[in-house]
Amino acid sequence: MEYLSLFVKSIFVDNMIFAYFLGMCSYLAVSKNVKTAVGLGAAVTFVLIVTVPVNYLLENYVLKANALVEGVDLSFLSLILFIAVIAAIVQLVEMIVERFSPSLYAALGIFLPLIAVNCAIMGASLFMQQRAFVNIGEAATYALGSGIGWLLAIVGLAAIREKMAYSDVPAPLKGLGITFIIVGLMAMAFMCFSGLKI
Amino acid sequence: MSLFSKKNQEVLLTPLGLNNPVTVQVLGICSALAVTAQLEPAIVMGLSVTIITAFANLVISLLRNTVPNRIRIIVQLVVVATFVTIVSEVLKAFAYDVSVQLSVYIGLIITNCILMGRLEAFAMMNGPWESFLDGIGNGLGYAKILIIVAFFRELLGSGSLFGFKIIPDAVYEMGYLNNGLMLMPPMALIICACVIWYQRAKHKELQESSN
Amino acid sequence: MNTNSNSYTIIYAAIMVVIVAFLLAFVSSSLKETQYKNVEQDTKKQILSAINVTDVKDAEAEFAKYEVKDMLMQADGTLAPYTDAFQVSYKGEIAEKRFHVFECKVDGATKYILPIYGAGLWGPIWGYVALNDDKDTVYGVYFSHAGETPGLGAEIATPKFQAQFAGKKVTENGAIGLTVAKNGKVTKPEYEVDGISGGTITSQGVDAMLKDCLKEYNPFLSNK
Repeated sequence: MEYLSLFVKSIFVDNMIFAYFLGMCSYLAVSKNVKTAVGLGAAVTFVLIVTVPVNYLLENYVLKANALVEGVDLSFLSLILFIAVIAAIVQLVEMIVERFSPSLYAALGIFLPLIAVNCAIMGASLFMQQRAFVNIGEAATYALGSGIGWLLAIVGLAAIREKMAYSDVPAPLKGLGITFIIVGLMAMAFMCFSGLKI
Repeated sequence: MSLFSKKNQEVLLTPLGLNNPVTVQVLGICSALAVTAQLEPAIVMGLSVTIITAFANLVISLLRNTVPNRIRIIVQLVVVATFVTIVSEVLKAFAYDVSVQLSVYIGLIITNCILMGRLEAFAMMNGPWESFLDGIGNGLGYAKILIIVAFFRELLGSGSLFGFKIIPDAVYEMGYLNNGLMLMPPMALIICACVIWYQRAKHKELQESSN
Repeated sequence: MNTNSNSYTIIYAAIMVVIVAFLLAFVSSSLKETQYKNVEQDTKKQILSAINVTDVKDAEAEFAKYEVKDMLMQADGTLAPYTDAFQVSYKGEIAEKRFHVFECKVDGATKYILPIYGAGLWGPIWGYVALNDDKDTVYGVYFSHAGETPGLGAEIATPKFQAQFAGKKVTENGAIGLTVAKNGKVTKPEYEVDGISGGTITSQGVDAMLKDCLKEYNPFLSNK
């Protein structure tokens, strides 16, 4: 039940986009079309599920105080090592996507390698470090939940934006402005999940 | 070329207005929204990003002709991560309370799109001094938006600025209440939307043609 | 020099790694002491908050002013001075059964401050409970958290929530009676405080933390 609770919390209560604003840049740019949004969301989720547990192991067996060698605290290297792991794994994901789904690779374009600098990926690893999960299972559950939450947010926004194409928005608000307002309203709606208890 | 030639001035000043990284280039949104519940962390964040962008731009510009193409992105990331780590350690030593408030968002400066965006778009192709100015300009443009959003959020959400109470008790007694929602994520987005609205109403060339 | 050749790439990467590692290690080690002092000051300020001493500029001076003594609870419930380095986090201490009690004097009266540690909705929560001389009435509390939701669970760190605890009783018939009840559902005002509306899970976390940790201090509490 612990895991289910953590999983549900990560998707709704602590949604990467709506509660922490992580991953906004690619989120705003790719959300014009539901199909590419799903593709990007799935790629982000996959990268999360791989990077967070790997960084968890790195944190607990190398970086923490006294983890590697008694008396040595390597936590000042966390930022660099985390981003290095993330960059390497994204490179790997890029090669896999290119091999198995060339159409998705073409549709995502520059945004696939940009997942490496997606704040949501780095953010998830940093939050994992801050929250001191008890075991790798919790870290993985958190990663999966965060990814699905991000996916839900981007697909939701893409669906709304597709419909908005027919709306009469004031000229200065067209595009970026109205998107921000939509995301703000969606964030307000997600706040209602905060008392959720499994 | 003189230090502050016309071209250099342009490099420094356009990000403050027409080429603002947050509202026009759509970069660096994440932290612009997250740390703006109060003015103090917003200013510290803005300053940190300005310093890091300026120096990362400088270093990459100095190295631009020596970097092997294949590891270009990784070199950029490592340079940025190094500066961010240094700033993070310095903050923890000399501004502990703010560093606790900013928590993970300092580390997230590494993935702040403004940095990677400027490194790729400018520093890799321009000289050191211009790159440094570009970094400062974009950093300050980013800080400007943070300060505006934080100003409204803290004033309307807590009735204070920098922790100092601004709204007098007399106003509270008349029935005025702090707008708690201002301190929560959704309002940051909506205030940012208002800033964008204002900027684009003033500068019609920034308006988009479709939703 | 061919900047795209393999050997150049590898050498470049290697040199970069070495420079960066040295630079960061240097920065980290030179700032470590200052950083540690900051964390120490912060923990001391939190302990002082439990006895309602806020706006502290120099925690060391305040510790001296209130004659705060770091003691360890012995097996028989008495206190013995703790002489090792000041601990900045009590999670480990409590886990290893080293129960600290900070004995201090406020306006001539003796108070005891007990560190406690637990889990909130998102991460760890911790606090310091200050008791009167009778070891049964709460003088004040301080709670903090690592990542609870702002406006909801994070309210446990507000003076408004913490002020409720003053005057409450701790033990009820030998067990820990101090409770955080569901918001609006306080039945025993002598022992219970109101939880946070919308922050149920964090409130329950505080309740569990109080019960679990204070229970461990029983030898000290019942040693009259």
